[in-house]
Amino acid sequence: MAIDMAQFHQVFFEESFEGLDAMESGLLNLDMGDVNVDDINTIFRAAHSIKGGSGTFGFTAVSDFTHVMETLLDEMRDGRRKVTQTAVNVLLGSVDCLREMLQAIKDGDTIDPAAVGAHKQALDQELAHPGQATAAIASASSSTMTQQPRPPAVDNDQPAVIGWTIAFSPHLDLLKTGNEPVRMFRELATLGELTSTVDLQGLPDLFDLDPEECHLSWKLVLNGAVSPDAIDEVFAWVEGECDLARMPIHGEHPAAPPAMTIPAQDAPRPPLPASIPSDGKDAKKDDTKASGKASNSIRVDTSKIDTLINMVGELVITQSMLSLIGDRFEVNKLDQLKNGLSQLERHTRELQESVMNIRMLPISFVFSRFPRLAHDLSSKLGKKVELKLVGEHTEVDKTVVELLSDPLVHLVRNSLDHGIEMPDIRSAVGKPETGTVTLDAYHRGGNIVIEVRDDGKGLDKDKLRAKAIEKGLIEPDAVLSDKQTYELIFMPGFSTAEALTDISGRGVGMDVVRRNIQALGGNIDIASELGKGSTIAIHLPLTLAILDGQSIAVGDETYIVPLGAIIESINITDDRVNRVAGKGETFLLRGEYLPIIRMHDIFNVASAKAKRLTEGLLVVVEGQGLRCGLFVDDLLGQQQVVIKSLEANYRRIEGVSGATILGDGSVALILDIPGLMRLAHQ
Amino acid sequence: MSDTVLSASKASGQGLQFLSFTLGREEYGVDILRVQEIRSWEPVSRIPNVPAYEKGVVNLRGAIVPIIDLRERFQLGRADYGPLTVVVVLQAIINDKTRVMGMVVDAVSDVIDIEKKDIQAAPNFGARVSTEFITGLASVNGRMVMLLDVDKLLRLDGVDDNDET
Repeated sequence: MAIDMAQFHQVFFEESFEGLDAMESGLLNLDMGDVNVDDINTIFRAAHSIKGGSGTFGFTAVSDFTHVMETLLDEMRDGRRKVTQTAVNVLLGSVDCLREMLQAIKDGDTIDPAAVGAHKQALDQELAHPGQATAAIASASSSTMTQQPRPPAVDNDQPAVIGWTIAFSPHLDLLKTGNEPVRMFRELATLGELTSTVDLQGLPDLFDLDPEECHLSWKLVLNGAVSPDAIDEVFAWVEGECDLARMPIHGEHPAAPPAMTIPAQDAPRPPLPASIPSDGKDAKKDDTKASGKASNSIRVDTSKIDTLINMVGELVITQSMLSLIGDRFEVNKLDQLKNGLSQLERHTRELQESVMNIRMLPISFVFSRFPRLAHDLSSKLGKKVELKLVGEHTEVDKTVVELLSDPLVHLVRNSLDHGIEMPDIRSAVGKPETGTVTLDAYHRGGNIVIEVRDDGKGLDKDKLRAKAIEKGLIEPDAVLSDKQTYELIFMPGFSTAEALTDISGRGVGMDVVRRNIQALGGNIDIASELGKGSTIAIHLPLTLAILDGQSIAVGDETYIVPLGAIIESINITDDRVNRVAGKGETFLLRGEYLPIIRMHDIFNVASAKAKRLTEGLLVVVEGQGLRCGLFVDDLLGQQQVVIKSLEANYRRIEGVSGATILGDGSVALILDIPGLMRLAHQ
Repeated sequence: MSDTVLSASKASGQGLQFLSFTLGREEYGVDILRVQEIRSWEPVSRIPNVPAYEKGVVNLRGAIVPIIDLRERFQLGRADYGPLTVVVVLQAIINDKTRVMGMVVDAVSDVIDIEKKDIQAAPNFGARVSTEFITGLASVNGRMVMLLDVDKLLRLDGVDDNDET
């Protein structure tokens, strides 16, 4: 019956970290003036399940710690305690502490008792004297403060007995004497929370079974400060008719006040082996083993899995239909066979696509950590900042999500530290006191674009230039465009911050950010206006991503244009075409002269049907702020395509961002609009 | 042919096994451990603005794999693709990454077993004939087989650090 609890540890940790994230964002969203009970409930629930889970797995240090948090939250929930900024800060600190504890357990490290103690003390302090806990946190690390623990349940130095484990093995003839174990258990349950585990090992085969004999034995766990006499009394009648052993469970800390009995229905204790892990150590041993091989798991939206299951179901139906046809094949079933095969093809393709889709994660996985970062940083810097997240549902491949996190942290920090001004300066120049930093993610042209925008002071071109000259990064007489000037901040060793802060300003950040982004195959752009703010845009290719594409035909070749890049498709009339220097062609569209890129020319397609501009279509596209018209034979259709890398086995092709596999199994190239424009310029 | 294969595998003591194929009237061999599979020729998707011997890409079970015409690569003239034309899919590790490519050859002929000591160095023809891909020559039943270096063969102009111009 022994269950290897270690197999669930991974899930527990994942859920706990998620719970911590939920608590964190809940705490950050709390509005001091008007506290929403639902919000507190959310936080409370998260804390509660962490407590329950850690109790189950024997991580007592964690469950004890969470318990104190829970008490505080419980009082807030009931309205017995006011939600104050100090309390929230204490709780946020505790969330961090819990995260570290869980991480330590996961990695098999030891928990730093000093740090935990400090946070716990802060919590206790807050519980006892609301509003004064900040001092405790501040002095916590070197704290010598004598903490007055709440009155312990038992007034001696011994750890309090918080429960009992009872091994109860009745002899075979126990039932014959008129004793009923169930009744005894019921009686025990009146003394405290009772968990019973039955051992079926002694049970004989059905044919050998005598229904009047008792072959079962039990392991009971009784929670609560019950006196040994009370237990003995329950079993008094069966003395001599059973083997009975009871062992006390000692609490690590003085027991919680009786008002808060451990809600065991949420935390069923596991069947305890002979020795009871009274602290986390025993449990940690096998935990280390479990975390030794760090598994790389991914959380997938249930709807994606449902789609997969549906598709597999359809596939099975198609397969059985096909095998039916195949069993007794006649020529007149040919049509059926063809139908079945095309169905099979379609299902397989859909299945493939949805499997690929599983790797896609919404970018909110990265974004979700920023509200906390902004909250902490802005209070540290004394600035008022609002963080806006846009396009959190944009899906990116898991690998990109993981690698994107660090560069983004750098950029957001920079915006908060260098971009946003202090509130008084802001109001002096007529801006709202609260600065805004926006994180925006969207798909564009086969890329994912992530923008970090702020409405701060912007980049000062002259200052940048002066600094670069001073550092010897550029020649004093160098002529730089605006863009080139802004890009100076990506040079190693460049920092304009007057004073170094511990947040940013050492000048090692931006060049690393750029290198990381380029390593992912992307690039990074800056736009800025002095006094108005800056925008830093990261363009990343979607290695495995799915893209809405428009198929176009050029001769007998098919290309995919990212749908997001297309503005419109139009027929061309001769009178609106102009030639530039005899070669370049432009097309007049609503007062704007658009350069025409002839696809058959630029890609050397010999089979192109439309050579005269009036014979084909012009697809007006936009890439990195520039517009142009692609001249193609025809539009074919829109479809979602899975982007495949050409570079994995081959090379980078200018004007092409990747390839995809079409319905018929052939390969079509996905056009890279900015690349095409560059190609056309050459 | 099956007899030869059998005897080849029997004799594989410390000898090396090569897959031999023909290009025109010449016979070449590649290390059999580098051969992933042999496929029949199927139409490719053309890639714009690349050397003519890079015929295009195909979908190989979800991976995009380039197809290179070895005849054109070795400047042996063009051949029409027929039912016997096959694509030998080779793999190599270049810059720590596995790369898979298909080579169009006229026909696959044999699996041959060659002792290491029987491999002769490739003769130097000067600048007239490029022998950079050839690691050595071997004689099999009186026929000369040129053994190719798969790693070099799978390097692409302008992609890898390979100056052959």
